[in-house]
Amino acid sequence: MNATLRHVKYVATENLVTLGAFILFSGFVLLALFGPWIAPYDPLASDTLAALKPPSAAHWFGTDSLGRDILSRIVVAARLDFGIAVSAVAASFAAGSALGAIAGFFGGWADRIIGRIADTIMAFPLFVLAMGIVAALGNTVANIVIATAIINLPFYIRVARAEVNVRRNAGYVEAARLAGNSDLRVLALHVFPNTLPPMMVQISLNMGWAILNAAGLSFIGLGVRAPQAEWGIMVAEGATYIISGEWWVALFPGAVLMLAVFTFNLLGDGLRDIMDPRMRT
Amino acid sequence: MNLLEVRDLSLEFKTRSGTVHALQDINMEIGKGETVGIVGESGSGKSVLSFAILRILDAAARTRSGSIQFAGMDMLGASERSLEEVRGREISMIFQNPRTALNPIRRIGRQIEDVLATHTSTLREDMKKKAIEALARVRIPDPERRYDAYPFELSGGQCQRVMIALALACNPQLLIADEPTTGLDVTTQAAILSLISELAKERKMATILITHDLALASEYCDRIVVMHAGHVVETAPVAEIFRRPRHPYTARLIASTPAPEQSIATLASIPGSLPDLRRDDLPSCRFHARCERAQEDCISKPLPNAAVRCLHPL
Repeated sequence: MNATLRHVKYVATENLVTLGAFILFSGFVLLALFGPWIAPYDPLASDTLAALKPPSAAHWFGTDSLGRDILSRIVVAARLDFGIAVSAVAASFAAGSALGAIAGFFGGWADRIIGRIADTIMAFPLFVLAMGIVAALGNTVANIVIATAIINLPFYIRVARAEVNVRRNAGYVEAARLAGNSDLRVLALHVFPNTLPPMMVQISLNMGWAILNAAGLSFIGLGVRAPQAEWGIMVAEGATYIISGEWWVALFPGAVLMLAVFTFNLLGDGLRDIMDPRMRT
Repeated sequence: MNLLEVRDLSLEFKTRSGTVHALQDINMEIGKGETVGIVGESGSGKSVLSFAILRILDAAARTRSGSIQFAGMDMLGASERSLEEVRGREISMIFQNPRTALNPIRRIGRQIEDVLATHTSTLREDMKKKAIEALARVRIPDPERRYDAYPFELSGGQCQRVMIALALACNPQLLIADEPTTGLDVTTQAAILSLISELAKERKMATILITHDLALASEYCDRIVVMHAGHVVETAPVAEIFRRPRHPYTARLIASTPAPEQSIATLASIPGSLPDLRRDDLPSCRFHARCERAQEDCISKPLPNAAVRCLHPL
């Protein structure tokens, strides 16, 4: 355990970009966990006297058209946005890597069927597909998670398939079989864990993408509904005020959204280095 | 009774470019505690034979005829479940390139524990002790520390020692060593092979040593099986085969083994190469085209079913 912590420390300090990504990420995690206690105001309390006020000492990020504090709304929204992204990515990672691993390991018909499923999903413009799924299943947060998970599925299937496929005939796989392991045991215990470092990069990139996707769906009015604080909705609400000069309403939630995606994109490399024991020397 | 008996085994691979007649009429047996060397050039079917014994061949492989009996068990008729029981417990295998044969992201101690957990009823709290014992038995220096090492932290020779520890963890009755020292330097080679033969003697374990190095086989084996193009061409005790090789291929093989003080120029090579095993009209003696003693009847007359499968032996 101690060695693992030392390794994490090494990976983080060796590369300043990684360190920055880890710090930003922990910041977001703290917001997601403790947002409601950190937020200076009630994110839903409107105050029409203070409507559309620019950033000030009292309201750092200004207020929106109902006089709600934008900073508080951004802080509280972190939990919802991260919750959607994490559960969507977890679901597509679990399903996608299992399907991809089976396709890559057994080949033949399994590969053909699973491969075509992935191709079919990829054939749609993914955001439009997500819109369609949410519209068909109903306008709820759970369905946003499902839609996001489905459109991310092909990426996991492909990465897992490719990574398992190149290892299928590796010496240690043969050795594991010779030691009397069944096919499924070989796949689950010997091949799959070896694909985790490259998968980690995919997960991290995907996380940013999932947040953007969830926000995008809310932006066009699907999924999360109005008074609830969510970055996409906040940008959508602020968009109408950009022309009249109230830039802060859309800018701050948009900037946080961008920062979140940015963090996840940088995080990938660091996570892979932590997962890969070859980096431990 | 023999530990392993391969009788008239013929095996093919169905491929898109035709059927590869990989093994034909293989006969071989190994007694308890015996060390047998299988020699032959690359592509002669040595590894296919060992994979066939363990039944871990590619799905394209078809057994045409014959039988494989291991300790009274019919390996060809056995269910996948009972085969999994045998693999790693009764028959173990180590191969060349030990570095790739170990899982790169698992600590070596864990890999040994995996094998113990699969095949033995070792208690969890004894696992670590047993794994360290296994490492100590193959003389890995400082086994307590090495227990936590990843394969990439070890040298090639040490990786092979770990492979041997893995293979012997369950006291198998038969060890198949498929070119265990290819890719290791000469001193390590000697150390590894001495270790294998010593451990084999200690446990009365039978060993199949697959190699293309005749000199190496002569040093460690009791008996040598010479393979060529999917045929067993000659089977004889070591002393005999060197003093008086009977099959022309064996003679050429011995002549092409380098000895000290011999210049490269005088080293004999075997003319031609292995026949294309996809042909359907393979001559009954597959060495026919490369043999200086070849005669008309080598093409069609069936080979004698004896220790020397040649119609015109030396």
